[in-house]
Amino acid sequence: MDILRFATAGSVDDGKSTLIGRLLFDSKAIFEDQLEAVERTSRDRGTEYTDLSLLTDGLRAEREQGITIDVAYRYFATPRRKFIIADTPGHIQYTRNMVTGASTADLAIILIDARKGVLEQSRRHAFLATLLRVPHLVLAVNKMDLVDYSEERFEEIREEFTAFASKLNATDLTFVPISALHGDNVVARSENMPWYGGSSLLHHLENVHIASDRNLVDVRFPVQYVIRPHSATSQELHDYRGYAGQVAGGVLKAGDEVMHLPSGLTTTIKAIDTFEGRVEEAFSPMSVTLRLDDDIDISRGDMICRPNNQPKAAQEIEAMICWMADGLKLQPRTKLVIKHTTRTARALVRDLHYRLDVNTLHRDETATSLGLNEIGRVSLRTTQPLFVDEYARNRLTGGFILIDEATNGTVGAGMIIDSH
Amino acid sequence: MLQRDYTTSQLDVLEAEAIHIMREVAAEFERPCLLFSGGKDSIVMLRVAEKAFWPAPIPFPLMHVDTGHNFPEVIEFRDRRVAELGVRLVVASVQASIDTGRVVEQTGRRASRNRLQTTTLLDGIEDNRFDAVFGGGRRDEEKARAKERVFSFRDEFGQWDPKNQRPELWNLYNTRIRTGEHIRVFPLSNWTELDVWHYIRREGVEIPSIYYAHTRKVFERDGMLLADATVVQRGDDEPVFEAMVRYRTVGDMTCTGAVESTATTVDQIIDEIAATRITERGATRADDRASEAAMEDRKKEGYF
Repeated sequence: MDILRFATAGSVDDGKSTLIGRLLFDSKAIFEDQLEAVERTSRDRGTEYTDLSLLTDGLRAEREQGITIDVAYRYFATPRRKFIIADTPGHIQYTRNMVTGASTADLAIILIDARKGVLEQSRRHAFLATLLRVPHLVLAVNKMDLVDYSEERFEEIREEFTAFASKLNATDLTFVPISALHGDNVVARSENMPWYGGSSLLHHLENVHIASDRNLVDVRFPVQYVIRPHSATSQELHDYRGYAGQVAGGVLKAGDEVMHLPSGLTTTIKAIDTFEGRVEEAFSPMSVTLRLDDDIDISRGDMICRPNNQPKAAQEIEAMICWMADGLKLQPRTKLVIKHTTRTARALVRDLHYRLDVNTLHRDETATSLGLNEIGRVSLRTTQPLFVDEYARNRLTGGFILIDEATNGTVGAGMIIDSH
Repeated sequence: MLQRDYTTSQLDVLEAEAIHIMREVAAEFERPCLLFSGGKDSIVMLRVAEKAFWPAPIPFPLMHVDTGHNFPEVIEFRDRRVAELGVRLVVASVQASIDTGRVVEQTGRRASRNRLQTTTLLDGIEDNRFDAVFGGGRRDEEKARAKERVFSFRDEFGQWDPKNQRPELWNLYNTRIRTGEHIRVFPLSNWTELDVWHYIRREGVEIPSIYYAHTRKVFERDGMLLADATVVQRGDDEPVFEAMVRYRTVGDMTCTGAVESTATTVDQIIDEIAATRITERGATRADDRASEAAMEDRKKEGYF
């Protein structure tokens, strides 16, 4: 059994909570005491139906205001897969929450109300999912029961969205007509839509192929921690020096020739250690410890790669940045801390090329700053070289966060486009 | 060439993520510690820590917030496990907090030291100048926890501000704090109760005996079975009877209920949990029943 992480974007109006509630309920991930609590609260508030959004809106402020303000993580499993849902609010003022939820997602579900069709917010959700390079997109056309399960209406929406998606870098796009309320095409294929030849939503989630979404080509091993037992009793352990980390790309094998950055020195992998013993190979997302044949001065923040396939050692970075700070604005000359893989440096904003309207994709080249939830293309200069790939090639070596030194808050997320 | 499918099982993915989180803490903080209660989640956390730094020893101490109302089986287990691993154990004692007047003991039948633990915990963190504290909390446990970050910032008063959390993207964690502040780190955030049990089975790690079905003298209160013990104040209208029970969570004897069970092996426990329709906290924790936001309120104050 493997894990599929997916993000859902939308508001209560789209039936998102109903959909999640149904997935959780039908997979028995909602328990009786949780359901009773929700039923009790719904009754107390005079709501006529059991408001399943109460399951996901966990904070007091959210329940009081009837809104979702943050990413909630939900879990369910079927015999085929474990699922982690990053349930994100869909409104534009919560763009940073959706970006956060999408950053680790293998798949994003975008909900469309069949009556309303493709709205501004559907386009925004699709844009953000593709900006964050979520490998699989599912357009769940919901409330099909309210359009008489019309194939024609579904096709209209599919055509309109497909035309829009061609402007994005959407790789895998799947359309499923559903009724979350009645369960049509959610878990099982619906008898109300015999014209639909595809699989149910859950069947798709269970079967979508994600193993090859990871980068298995470019060897990238950011050194996280150096393990030195300093044992006085065991000679073998006394000299043990292992480089611990989580593989960010490619497949490492014992005996492989590798290069260390920043030194550029080459050596070979002597062994790949885990608690259980040596393993023959390591790939993402394994956490392992490498031992190398030569004594090279290696510390946290360094990168191990292949001599003929290296990331760029860059101090000039071009990136799309989603700004997440309430008070502070991003503008030229802003100084920040940048955390990329296991390396932390300082960064200076050299230029803001444009601000992107997340609804229309219009580029505003006259913009002079980015505020909360705004996205733009930015040039940064860093105090030390970072070992980067384009985000489109590897999300783990192409993504970074920005931290404000004054407040220590995480104020931005960046996706590298180019570097030198 | 043989095409190889690089699929990773769910337990391996969760373990790799937890190891990454632990190494990140060890690399970026001066004085981390791991909260160890002897409960199943902290047992799993400790196992992951053992793996993350192997063959080196675990590079941080453990801390146990001891309410003085623990199950003796659990304390015995705690001490044995600590000795096996050769790690340092810091005990922060609620009794000591009461004796020094830091907190005032509740009285009456429903008296519990649950809420008092927060002061003891925060004092323990401050006294030892811990800057990162691993907790075994999982997001599937409770709805306030479902919104908590893996690296959860606490101000100098130990408070959690749920509306002002740091965004957390990819596997990049913001570890920056000022003196006096700390970060609670939850490496098992993405694990479910069943994942924890599957992991315990796979790893063959020992757990305290009270997790297995055993005969115990209990009495009923609010639909929960509480142990008949000297630290638990029982009324005359709460008759004691013997039952075959086990514990789904391990906490303070005064507020942790047992469930009726015949499961005497990990396999049987997994079957039982897979079939159950009530959450572990709902079934067994009086402390969460206080109100809809009981956990959120305690967490804001600095609770686990």
